[in-house]
Amino acid sequence: MDLTTFLIQCLNSLQYGLLLFLVASGLTLIFGIMGVINLAHGSFYMVGAYLAFSLAPVVGATIGGGFFATLLVGVVLAVLFGYFLEWAFFSFLYEREHLQQVLMTYGLILVFEEVRSLLVGDDVHGVAPPDLLNGSIALGDMMTYPVYRLFISGVCLALALGMYFVFTRTRLGMMIRAGSTNREMVQSLGIDVKFLYRVVFAAGVAIAVLAGMVAAPVSSVYPGMGSTVLIICFVVVVIGGIGSIRGALFASLLIGFVDTFGKVMLPSAAGVLVYVLMALILLWKPDGLFKAG
Amino acid sequence: MADTDILLRGKNISRRWGGLLALNDVSIDVARGTVHAVIGTNGAGKSTLVNILSGEIPSSAGSVELLGQDVTHWTQPRRARAGLGRSYQRNTIYPSFTVLENCRLAAQAAAQKPWAFWQDARRCAVSSAAAMASAERAGLADVLEREAGLLSHGQKRQLEIAMCLATAPQVLLLDEPLAGMGAEETERMLALLESLKATHAILLIEHDMDAVFRVADSITVMVNGGVIATGSPDFVRNSAEVRVAYLGEH
Amino acid sequence: MNYSKQIFVALAFLALAVFPSMSGQYGLDLATKIMVFAIFALSLELLVGTTGLVCFGQAAFLGIGAYSAVLLSPSDQAGSVLWLLPAAMLLAGGYALAVGALSLRTKGVYFIMVTLAFAQMAYYVVHDTPLGGGTDGIYLLMKPGVGDWLDLEQPLVLYRFTLACLLATFAFLALLGRSRFGRALAGIRVNEQRMRATGFSTYPYKLAAFVISGALAGLAGFLFAVKDGFVNPELMSWHVSGEVLIIVILGGLGHLRGALIGAFAFALLQEFFKSEAIFGEFAKHWHLGLGFTIIASVALLPRGLVGVPGQIAARLRGAALGAPADAGPAGGNHGGH
Repeated sequence: MDLTTFLIQCLNSLQYGLLLFLVASGLTLIFGIMGVINLAHGSFYMVGAYLAFSLAPVVGATIGGGFFATLLVGVVLAVLFGYFLEWAFFSFLYEREHLQQVLMTYGLILVFEEVRSLLVGDDVHGVAPPDLLNGSIALGDMMTYPVYRLFISGVCLALALGMYFVFTRTRLGMMIRAGSTNREMVQSLGIDVKFLYRVVFAAGVAIAVLAGMVAAPVSSVYPGMGSTVLIICFVVVVIGGIGSIRGALFASLLIGFVDTFGKVMLPSAAGVLVYVLMALILLWKPDGLFKAG
Repeated sequence: MADTDILLRGKNISRRWGGLLALNDVSIDVARGTVHAVIGTNGAGKSTLVNILSGEIPSSAGSVELLGQDVTHWTQPRRARAGLGRSYQRNTIYPSFTVLENCRLAAQAAAQKPWAFWQDARRCAVSSAAAMASAERAGLADVLEREAGLLSHGQKRQLEIAMCLATAPQVLLLDEPLAGMGAEETERMLALLESLKATHAILLIEHDMDAVFRVADSITVMVNGGVIATGSPDFVRNSAEVRVAYLGEH
Repeated sequence: MNYSKQIFVALAFLALAVFPSMSGQYGLDLATKIMVFAIFALSLELLVGTTGLVCFGQAAFLGIGAYSAVLLSPSDQAGSVLWLLPAAMLLAGGYALAVGALSLRTKGVYFIMVTLAFAQMAYYVVHDTPLGGGTDGIYLLMKPGVGDWLDLEQPLVLYRFTLACLLATFAFLALLGRSRFGRALAGIRVNEQRMRATGFSTYPYKLAAFVISGALAGLAGFLFAVKDGFVNPELMSWHVSGEVLIIVILGGLGHLRGALIGAFAFALLQEFFKSEAIFGEFAKHWHLGLGFTIIASVALLPRGLVGVPGQIAARLRGAALGAPADAGPAGGNHGGH
């Protein structure tokens, strides 16, 4: 592998890893704070991708906006949807056993997939990146790299920093962290835990939807994408440690690199590589690399 | 007291959780035929100590000797099979099994034959006999067939002890066996402890001071992870440090 | 003494035994499929219901059993069941040993995720490598048998053979459930810490349960391959793992007959939702109805279909006494099947 290819694959790994982090952080947050394991989280990603495809013409026709307007509208819709979903469905899952949560959210996946099938169909679609971000940019004098992929990495990084800021520097973040370690105490302090959970859940949904929207031009839009990303997110959470955002970031990047370079160097074994990695790490640390924090 | 009579010994046990020192250089001996009580305020480290002695969590420093052997690196099941029984502060009985089955399953630990899958466990002579014996010893002879979840609180605590006895251990670690008991049930439990004392080495964690002073041969007082006094009940009762720190006198 | 459970099971098997005389080809085929799924469900019941280990990767063992049956069969003549069947179970159990050894180091939600991930690993092996014939799958050209007297090519013979396997699996697990090993597993499910404090090294017990469960799933996989004459990677998809988990919950955890009831109920539900006669055009979206049913059954039937008579009885009792209905004692009967 020459240097140019290596650098390009590094950038690809970074982009994939950061995208994974975005989706996985929602999953691990919702589990770490509300104790709910949500199998349907991958469906939000899928919804985001299909939104990018189906919303664009609507937004273009009604308010005349382009790609960024579609993103904004999508995020707003996702927040509302997440808020509603928490109120209507997920709030009933908090006190239940994990097994029941697994099955009920599995049922939810089936519902989401079929609703999507009814509304938008089962075809595979491509989504074009906006003209502004289309094309490649020269990096140094050795190579060019697609601008859009840099954009994805940029968005994910910005969101990651934003989450870090909210968690560590704001009151809301403090309440969230407190709520994850001691629910009763937070409640007795007069903080409306129900509202807090709803906000966290809506945020988790919105982030996953946004990830799907942003990823659509690169990964294309197809029915099984929710399941695929969900299971990889599971591996991220297992490797990184449940409830740990730091762990999710590290694990996402690790998987990003292993998967990307694996596909290039050992194409037939690429699918399995990530799981072998998980197995090895489990041998060493059954609770994941980082404790919840 | 000859060393061979000391069945359980904890030597210089310390336990850290990150920056917090939960146990600081705690040593304790439990001899055959005695009850050694451990008392202290909440958060003093009593449960941590018992968890380390039983093998549930590892110590950060120090050693544990059981029946003369160094068991510091032994897993909990291995220590249990070697003669260390433990009861819990919160009931760990199996609510949907009968009283007898609770004891039989506990007794099975000493008579495990997992490969004999065709045999009905209830017909296992060894574990059934041991179960009957320990249930009777704990005063549950007339409720053997009752579902454990339907017992009164006092009976559940008795069952907790019965399960502990089912494998015929020589050392008993009892974590607040009197918790939540009324006067009559407490009397019964104390009588049981007195009768067990003769043949076992008992480490007792308790908050009920009257009970402790009645039944204990030696007492260790813990505060904030350390031992502030250890000795006979009279010694502890008269100790200035204990009076100030724990019994609330000024 | 109340023998209603045993009578129910006996009647069920009796009904299965006489069913072929009343059914057509389609019914026979469906019933065979249901029985194979019942064996699959029984294998998971041992893990989830008896031992409390929620495995989300059971499809891997099903698939390995199925693929073994096809890959190990000679291409020019009918293979022998006498060695193919044990081989399938052995290979499936072997993978279960490897997966279990690693997965059982984790607990709770981690365990669920890890078993899912390991099943995905197996899925990708058959999906991406030439070993499993890729996405096209492989055909079993000649169904195995034993000499002249067992020809699984014939549907009726296959039905009876599957019924025999189901009966054997059920009987084995019933014996296991009341044995010392089974009682230890039940104790581990209720309170593993207590079992350890009593002197049980719980890891070997859980691993043994995992391997037995894997081998039984391999048996189901073998029968699946023989019945369809075809295997493809979708057999190992996590949707299959999810479906068998639902079957076990729907039927009722902690009861062997729950796996039987669940398999039948689930298959009938699928037929219902897929039926164009009832839903017309909408029938191709049958996952929707299934999804809602899953959510509803988990929410409303906490003890599964097995618990329905109890729930009804409790409501009637409550109505008669004028007191709120009681949920009854916790599940997990002693030796219940």
